[in-house]
Amino acid sequence: MNSDWPKKLQQWAPYALTPLVVIAALPAIGPGPWLTLTVAGLTMGIMLFMVAAGLTLIFGLMDVLNFAHAAFVAVGAYIAVSVLGPLAGWTNETSLALNIAALLVALVAAAIASGSLGFVFERVIIRQVYGAPLRQILITIGALTVIEQLIIVIWGPQAIPLPKPAMLRGSVFVGSSSIETYRLFALFVGLAIALAMHLFLTRTRLGLVVRAGVEDREMIQALGYHIRRVFIGVFMAGTALAGVGGMMWAQYQAVVNSQIGDSMTILVFIILIIGGLGSVGGCFIGAILVGLTTNYVGFLAPKLALGSNILLMALILLWRPRGLFPLAEHH
Amino acid sequence: MAPTNEAVQAAPHDAVAKPAASVGSEPKTIHSHSSWLGWLVSDNPPGGALLNALMLIILAAFLFAPFLFPGSKAVNVASTICIFIILVASYDLMLGFTGIVSFAHTMFFGIGAYGVAIALAKGVAGWSGVFLGALAGVVVSLLIAAVIGLLSLRLRAIFFSMITLAIAAFAQIVAEQWRSLTGGEDGLTFTVPDILTPGFRLVHDKVMGVLINGPVITYYITFAVTLVLFLLMLRIVNSPFGLVLRAIRENEFRVEAMGYRVVAYRTLICMISAAMASLAGSLMALVLRYNGPDATLSFAQMLNILLMVVIGGMGTLYGAVVGAILVVLAQYYLKGAMGAMSDPMSGVPIVSALFHPDRWLLWLGIIFILIVTFLPQGIVGRLRRRR
Repeated sequence: MNSDWPKKLQQWAPYALTPLVVIAALPAIGPGPWLTLTVAGLTMGIMLFMVAAGLTLIFGLMDVLNFAHAAFVAVGAYIAVSVLGPLAGWTNETSLALNIAALLVALVAAAIASGSLGFVFERVIIRQVYGAPLRQILITIGALTVIEQLIIVIWGPQAIPLPKPAMLRGSVFVGSSSIETYRLFALFVGLAIALAMHLFLTRTRLGLVVRAGVEDREMIQALGYHIRRVFIGVFMAGTALAGVGGMMWAQYQAVVNSQIGDSMTILVFIILIIGGLGSVGGCFIGAILVGLTTNYVGFLAPKLALGSNILLMALILLWRPRGLFPLAEHH
Repeated sequence: MAPTNEAVQAAPHDAVAKPAASVGSEPKTIHSHSSWLGWLVSDNPPGGALLNALMLIILAAFLFAPFLFPGSKAVNVASTICIFIILVASYDLMLGFTGIVSFAHTMFFGIGAYGVAIALAKGVAGWSGVFLGALAGVVVSLLIAAVIGLLSLRLRAIFFSMITLAIAAFAQIVAEQWRSLTGGEDGLTFTVPDILTPGFRLVHDKVMGVLINGPVITYYITFAVTLVLFLLMLRIVNSPFGLVLRAIRENEFRVEAMGYRVVAYRTLICMISAAMASLAGSLMALVLRYNGPDATLSFAQMLNILLMVVIGGMGTLYGAVVGAILVVLAQYYLKGAMGAMSDPMSGVPIVSALFHPDRWLLWLGIIFILIVTFLPQGIVGRLRRRR
């Protein structure tokens, strides 16, 4: 029993890390802003998770690291602009139901647009570079540039304001902490999506095939599953999620510009490295951790905000060189 | 105890950067040289009569560039090409020869440029400022490359790519935020040593119709440094060390099993590459007499480097020359052409936006995808195979 201790500690330490960060931040920040920042961090984390989850599944399943993933974030954001513009009547109304309906329409539109583009992208770009990591990196970097530039061609180079719906603009007060209403909405949507994803992956047959494919691709093929077909589905779902993340993020920032995906790429890569490439659970914890750290450090030492994530990544890599929850190597 | 050519050739190939041609043209023994010219290029000539002739013509053109292509813009373009040859060839050391993708190459480029810029702008005037700045740039680059390499090259190479991307973005933010040191987004303007200023005249009269002024002298310094560094890089890749690098590219597990510390070799080549990029940056600062985040650190520059390496041909070094010339020329002269195309179409909304001069990155990206798809061995790789 006693001899199990170090091993158990090793197993549970990655799970304990996030709660420890949250608790450690309380005395450093003070209870009022702490709650505000924690909610902000969780919201940011859940939005990052939406973007990162698709990328990590795509990598886990087919060993494809899509450097153009951020382009789908931008597509989702700009689609939201185009959809919410005509729906201004709904968003300006002081009716929570209409406001949320408008956002849900934009969300579905962003998912459909990004997912369809993802389908084309897989066919045209990814298909020809399976199993060639160097060419994958090069070609997806090229594709990222092309999509970003096309977005500028269509929507113009200037930043576009995207005001929040009327009822989601203000804040609610919990004790002395103010919490933005939109953050609560985003947190709720994000958790719902994360839960749906969890249920899909753990409770459905297809989810089982996906998870098994991540563990051992050849075995799944030997069992008679068409792994490429599964992969296209996962790729579309992943890019659709990225689009939803982009839409939620753009609405949160209340402005869209063509660099929206770039700033996210860095954070998403840090999350994947922290969580362990290919692991969805690790991706979730990594995303929350990055969201919280960014907000806490942004409050304590604003200049260090992005640096803190890089530092976090370096520390975790020193501790666990393959991330918090590495997949079993199957190469 | 170096692995033999045979071991390299027997290893399975990555689909990209078919190195068969370059491996085939390698010297059988390392210490006997066919001639002094062979010694100079480490017995690794461009390969094939066509390619040899092309390289000789390019060399001659560079040797007399200010006289063949007079005008301050042409001299600037020639200097820029030389600098990018260093930058791209040093990138090829990692990408083409070792099989690792870094996105931090512009960071090292920027460190070298900021080294010189900060030294000259903050009080160390003259040549001592230039040398001090360049030296500081190289030292900082070596240190950062060593830390990144040791931290991430133990793992699959993909980690290295992601981490360098994050760190390069961080470097750009630091350069933009640390106003007191880097001048923020405005960058730094500074005074270069007298000899390098446009007002300086080496001789009073024109030589063959060309004034020998500061930019021309800067060009020749740049050219000389480029030539020396390029030959040095040829020497590195054709040494036993370079052979191990290529073996790592082909099959890292096998090399590890043979007793080589793969992480040490990878880290070392990253450091060498970073130092070269830093020197290129220092030269860039001298040529521009300015440095800012967009000039050296931006992601667009990184894309340029990738494009040059891929167009020219990965794993050839000579590809860097071809790629740098083509892309720099295209950039300087394509933008004008795009403007000319865009103007008559200004009535058509989307089409005119497609050809707007600011959208050249779009076309760069498309060309990039096409080349990765249809010409993965690049121009030099293709010409070598024809042989």
